[in-house]
Amino acid sequence: MAGKYFGQPILRNEDAQLLSGKARFIDDIDLPGMLHAAFLRSDFAHARIKKIDYSAALKRSGVVAVYTAEDFGDFWRPGPLQVPPPTAIKGSVFNARTLVPIAKDKVRFSGEPLAVIIAESRYIAEDAFDDIIVEIEPLDAVNDLEKALEPGAPLVHEDLDSNLAADVVQERGNYEEARAKADVVISRKILVNRNAGAALENRGFVVEWEERSRQMTVWATTQAPIPLRNTIAARMGLFENQVRVITPFIGGGFGPKIMTSQADDVLLPWIAMKLKRPIKWIEDRRENFLATTSERDQVHYAEIALTKEGTILGVKDVFYHNTGAYDPYGMTVPLNTQTHTVSNYRVPNFYTQIKMVFTNQMVVTPVRGAGRPQGVFVMERLMDAAARELNMDPAEIRMKNLLIPDEFPLRTGIIGQDFVEGVLDSGNYKKNLEKTMEIVGYEKFRKEIQPKLRAEGKHVGIGIVTFTEGTAVGPYEGARVTIGANGKVNVATGISTQGQGHFTSFAQIVAEQVGIDVKDINVVTGDTAHFHWGAGTFASRGAAVAGSAIHNAAVKVREKIFSLASKIFEEPEENLEVGDGKVWVKSNPSQSMLLGDLALRANPTRGTIEPGVEPGLEATAYYGPPYGATGAGAVAMIVNLDPETMQVKVEHFVIVHDCGTAINPMILEGQVYGGISMGIGNAFYEKMVYDDNGQLLSASFMDYLMPQATDMPAKMELGHLVTTTPLNTLGIKGVGEAGAIPTPAAFVQAVEDALHGQVEIMESNLNPSRIFEYLQKKQ
Amino acid sequence: MDKFPITVNVNGVRYDRAVEPRLLLSDFLRHDLCLTGTHVGCEHGICGACTILFDGEPVRSCLIFAVQANGHDIRTVESLGSTENLHPLQEAFHEKHALQCGFCTPGFLMTLIPFLEKHPKPTEEEIREAIDGNICRCTGYENIIQAVKLASEKMPR
Repeated sequence: MAGKYFGQPILRNEDAQLLSGKARFIDDIDLPGMLHAAFLRSDFAHARIKKIDYSAALKRSGVVAVYTAEDFGDFWRPGPLQVPPPTAIKGSVFNARTLVPIAKDKVRFSGEPLAVIIAESRYIAEDAFDDIIVEIEPLDAVNDLEKALEPGAPLVHEDLDSNLAADVVQERGNYEEARAKADVVISRKILVNRNAGAALENRGFVVEWEERSRQMTVWATTQAPIPLRNTIAARMGLFENQVRVITPFIGGGFGPKIMTSQADDVLLPWIAMKLKRPIKWIEDRRENFLATTSERDQVHYAEIALTKEGTILGVKDVFYHNTGAYDPYGMTVPLNTQTHTVSNYRVPNFYTQIKMVFTNQMVVTPVRGAGRPQGVFVMERLMDAAARELNMDPAEIRMKNLLIPDEFPLRTGIIGQDFVEGVLDSGNYKKNLEKTMEIVGYEKFRKEIQPKLRAEGKHVGIGIVTFTEGTAVGPYEGARVTIGANGKVNVATGISTQGQGHFTSFAQIVAEQVGIDVKDINVVTGDTAHFHWGAGTFASRGAAVAGSAIHNAAVKVREKIFSLASKIFEEPEENLEVGDGKVWVKSNPSQSMLLGDLALRANPTRGTIEPGVEPGLEATAYYGPPYGATGAGAVAMIVNLDPETMQVKVEHFVIVHDCGTAINPMILEGQVYGGISMGIGNAFYEKMVYDDNGQLLSASFMDYLMPQATDMPAKMELGHLVTTTPLNTLGIKGVGEAGAIPTPAAFVQAVEDALHGQVEIMESNLNPSRIFEYLQKKQ
Repeated sequence: MDKFPITVNVNGVRYDRAVEPRLLLSDFLRHDLCLTGTHVGCEHGICGACTILFDGEPVRSCLIFAVQANGHDIRTVESLGSTENLHPLQEAFHEKHALQCGFCTPGFLMTLIPFLEKHPKPTEEEIREAIDGNICRCTGYENIIQAVKLASEKMPR
């Protein structure tokens, strides 16, 4: 449904500001009289706090105040349950232990704040760390997910009987019956390690309390500006309209910036009100690694039952999920794992159990992929093991079991992160795989190229996997579209932007309806003074959910244009046309009016109006889907493994993706590329490593490696399919996390193939030494 | 802490300031001179977001103290084009969608300016090597590489 603006690869409105260093990010904010905050953080992962003496810090020149948990009195309390568990899953257990803003009595992860120092500069605030004496009694730390649930394990939360945070069983069909009928049953233990979001910009928070107007202004790097405003207002006893949250340009999100009710947004508003001065806190990289959020750590015991022809009869997956020291984000991540384990294949019988575990590690919330890569990894590894057992080609066994379009909409029987039963709305999964095989030249590689290269002594392998991405979940988003007297359009929506190009793609949606050029459309995201209803940017939902609300508002504005112009021109609406910033009579184009002038006419200042007429060329609209739209795709990857160094080079990467209608194909491709680089990072470079004491050993960019330009595939090819979703008018599904989801599964399969199937690898985070260890073990 | 007088030429403007010897050059540029186009991503010299030109050479401003810049010539992203009149390299980034969140972008630009002066017709391999010290979490680098190719065609030689 591409139009003049919608569906076109229009260059971005926001680029000029970003490229010239004129875009305001959080650390660029400087207010008169502003103070700076620094958090003294625990070096221990699990410990009892005996005493914190900060008297010497207060004597240091430039230190204004120091606070520990005790100093906050009744204001100190555990934060809200940011995402509650779905009540619809019968028999599930969920123990809510929400994040505390600053440690009191006990420390539960390394990096948890112990004290907050407010000083005239950040340098001075950090100097004062050395003045604070912390007396602490270290406790044994909980790290291993399985040992954590054994009797006698140290307890992260001593008011609970064990470290079990949640236990959730979901089943469709009857796995045990299916298993009894199977010719082949394959069981594997599968590991997925923890990865960081690692946005290039760390988090930040600036707060100003203006006492005379009784207004609080907050600048934050949040993905959820409206929930942030609401919790701050509630906590401070203010009305929502007394708190304005503004997100400036944000330097990447990737999930962890969704988390609110952390030390900064809880404590700093209280302190700013008390000290009557603005306060700024900018997270440093070490803090980001230790104490923001991350995810992916899971241990799976998975099983697949098949006929000897390779038809899947059932899948069983019991998995341990690390939620870290607290679980304020509910079960979003492991529920995504459950919904994505079997979503693209025909699996009549499926048993899945989450055992969510508290550990003495940082809190777990979504990172690009959000539980989906784990589910896909588990299923794709089972498929590969099955293919090997049955002597089938990996592509053949997949093709045999993929769902077909006639089966949609398909109710999955599994309740997901949006609290409702998953429904696969649309898609063409086999076509995704066929097209991927065609682009990568699968048959030719297998039959001609690989044997030839192997004969030359090269270790080349191919991986091919499929995936789905549940996106665009509810509850809802809203938007207001306004044509100004200047003839330009203002669009405001409640989500925030971290580089996804909303300032352009949302403008394209509006331009298509009101006929005003994209350059003349100003999109405001993440400012609660401009729009104050909504949930936030997560689950690949911005374009589809906020985009649909914007479309609905723009359609209403278009209707208003026609209605008002029809009265002015005394012509029926169907005789009018809109475009190039004006409205005119089709049969007599000289009879026209600029939309800016029409906007002025839409706000009469004398006389009367007709009953029911609302002023302005303005409209507000909302959109909320009954369930999320599911995107899908397939990936093929050819790798070349150096048998001396175990370095793996991705020679050719192909992804065929279907996210329904594209608003801007250029931006869409950029999102996919970015996801792929994170997927390659997760598969071969990035790994968060905790030691037995709960110390994060990879808390810097020197230790936590991310892909660089020379690590990326020598050749990348993107293919697109378009299966529109019936869930919204525009037919859009989300795409933001797509590239990150299938990549580790494809990578591991390709590495196994490069090693001639000598070893079986059932973990998702490799590196050269790990591959070497596998080969050593084999010998 | 005692302050020391320094004189630094930044983007062709002379600044006389007194600074603590421990003040990072990145903080000096951003907070003392309000040149906030230079971004700080890791403060340990890996990500490259804070790259500036120090007497024409690309360096990490988070690994240098402001006092070390005394008497030297600094160029930041603000010395390239303006929003209305972008530099050809900035134009190429725009046209090839070589930025998403834009946080790392000033560091890439300042790394590439001297690179393109020395390598007016770079190969793809040379481009990858040139930007290997700059991390971008959003784009996967593919479009940045395409932008550098385009810039090499646009820039006057």
